[in-house]
Amino acid sequence: MSHAPTGVIERPTPASPGPKSSLGSRSLPRLAPLGFAVVSVALGVGVSLAAGWESRIQWGLISALLFLAISYVATTIVENQRQARDRLATSVMWVCFLVAVVPLASLLWTTIVRGSERLDGYFLTHSMAGVLGSEASGGVYHALIGTLEQVGIATVISAPLGLLTAVYLVEYGKGSLARAVTFFVDVMTGIPSIVAGLFILSIMLMFSLEPSGLMGALALTILMVPVVVRSTEEMLKLVPNELREASLALGIPKWRTILKVVLPTAIGGITTGVMLAIARIAGETAPIILLVFGSQLINTNPFEGAQSSLPFYIYEQYRIGEAASYDRAWAAALVLIAFVMILNLVARGIARWKAPKTGR
Amino acid sequence: MAKRIDISGLNAFYGSHKAIEDISMTVEPRSVTAFIGPSGCGKSTFLRTLNRMHEVTPGGRVEGKVLLDDENLYDANVDPVTVRRTVGMVFQRPNPFPTMSIFDNVAAGLRLNGSYRKSELNDIVERSLRGANLWNEVKDRLNKPGSGLSGGQQQRLCIARAIAVEPQVLLMDEPCSALDPISTLAIEDLIGELKERFTIVIVTHNMQQAARVSDRTAFFNLAAVGKPGRLIEIDETERIFSNPSVQATEDYISGRFG
Repeated sequence: MSHAPTGVIERPTPASPGPKSSLGSRSLPRLAPLGFAVVSVALGVGVSLAAGWESRIQWGLISALLFLAISYVATTIVENQRQARDRLATSVMWVCFLVAVVPLASLLWTTIVRGSERLDGYFLTHSMAGVLGSEASGGVYHALIGTLEQVGIATVISAPLGLLTAVYLVEYGKGSLARAVTFFVDVMTGIPSIVAGLFILSIMLMFSLEPSGLMGALALTILMVPVVVRSTEEMLKLVPNELREASLALGIPKWRTILKVVLPTAIGGITTGVMLAIARIAGETAPIILLVFGSQLINTNPFEGAQSSLPFYIYEQYRIGEAASYDRAWAAALVLIAFVMILNLVARGIARWKAPKTGR
Repeated sequence: MAKRIDISGLNAFYGSHKAIEDISMTVEPRSVTAFIGPSGCGKSTFLRTLNRMHEVTPGGRVEGKVLLDDENLYDANVDPVTVRRTVGMVFQRPNPFPTMSIFDNVAAGLRLNGSYRKSELNDIVERSLRGANLWNEVKDRLNKPGSGLSGGQQQRLCIARAIAVEPQVLLMDEPCSALDPISTLAIEDLIGELKERFTIVIVTHNMQQAARVSDRTAFFNLAAVGKPGRLIEIDETERIFSNPSVQATEDYISGRFG
């Protein structure tokens, strides 16, 4: 490195035609990545067809790898090494994004296309009472009622329980009790839903209780509480300590500070957390099979007798194995996805509405 | 209204670390007392011991006596909530409640204490905002969120919020350090007006500010990093800035160290 001291000046400048500029340099047109994508997809498909590969997934992966290679090489030649690395990182992110989104979009698409065949007012307002599996009739009403009631009861129990636990952990808890609670919440987060179901089943057998919507709701509660605790805890931690101090310094008691200052500040995030927890338990099947037993009839009383639920209904219809029951299963899946989607939208709406206002 | 504070033999700790040691002084009613000293010498900690906010910090602990007109704040049967109603506080960074409007921010102390009559509330809010020289700027947008105000206005909102509960003493922890000179001037003028009604204690890093607003000044220092802070001297502000009796004070004020 004998040139080291003057290296900056003597560095060979890239052979760039046109006006000399110390800051500007040659660059690819803005739409270049799109061109790379088209070329690489074409190449990928061509290569795969030539080699006689069938799998579309293989085509896609080959195209993705080609895209990465082409954009890196082209950028190295036209621009420089640093730009090429930058473009490689960007491309990797885009490819990963597509790999994540394509299955999701495909799932949504399939469910909407297949589900909308049977989804109508009749489907939503009728049960399966007296309908044979092969008949293209019947509906999801009883399962919808079941899901709403079971999820509703689980929410009514676990939202306050989780909220209060989180308030304890963030605002009051210190020492070994808080650590123990945190530990058990973590453990509970990992409980498989079937285990929660078995736990309630053992209690049910111990007291010789009958299967009912309530039993299912209790198992769902076990699954929901840790999710609510975790998300609420994170939201409460985000509330700046200065607000608590400001309130305490006004001579406001701690419990009122929490109720009137801390919780309102975090309410948007807490609502989102609860809604996501609901979305999670709405799709649980295992505890329902064990504890609610399933039914073809409308039972609006969650405290007595077997009920159905949407995930259970899907499982049941799919197992019948007739064309008509497949249609019903897809339609019910669409109803379930719509239910969760609506909850999410409601949660976002509440979060936006309740978020601390910053405007003038 | 205003009360005298007598502090004797006060030590404050964070866990096992002693932050301030053996402080004794008297804060006169209806006057402004300024605390000056280098960073980390325990001025803010000491200020927070005067309304029992120090113990809100995890591990915070206090020994010694703080007499508010002969009542010890640290007696076993004293409720810290009552103390904080009597001794208000304004913080370094403006911290209006983000979920509340300007009106609700000022009314928060009364509403959440549950001690007010609905008919009085409008008057108290107006009086407090006038007291904080903010009324004319916000009277048309009392229902807008408090966080939409400028920094200086937010700090005056916090002062209005603090004086709305009619405390006897107002503690201010570097209230102007986040503000521009014009907002600082507004707050300093306000302090001059407020001392007619309240006992005011202000922590400041700005010695001109201490000289401008305070009647008495206390100088704090610490022997070395990690050692507890101590009160070096307290005297009339004029004497502290012209002819202090301790060499360390003169060195600090004239900028020779610290």
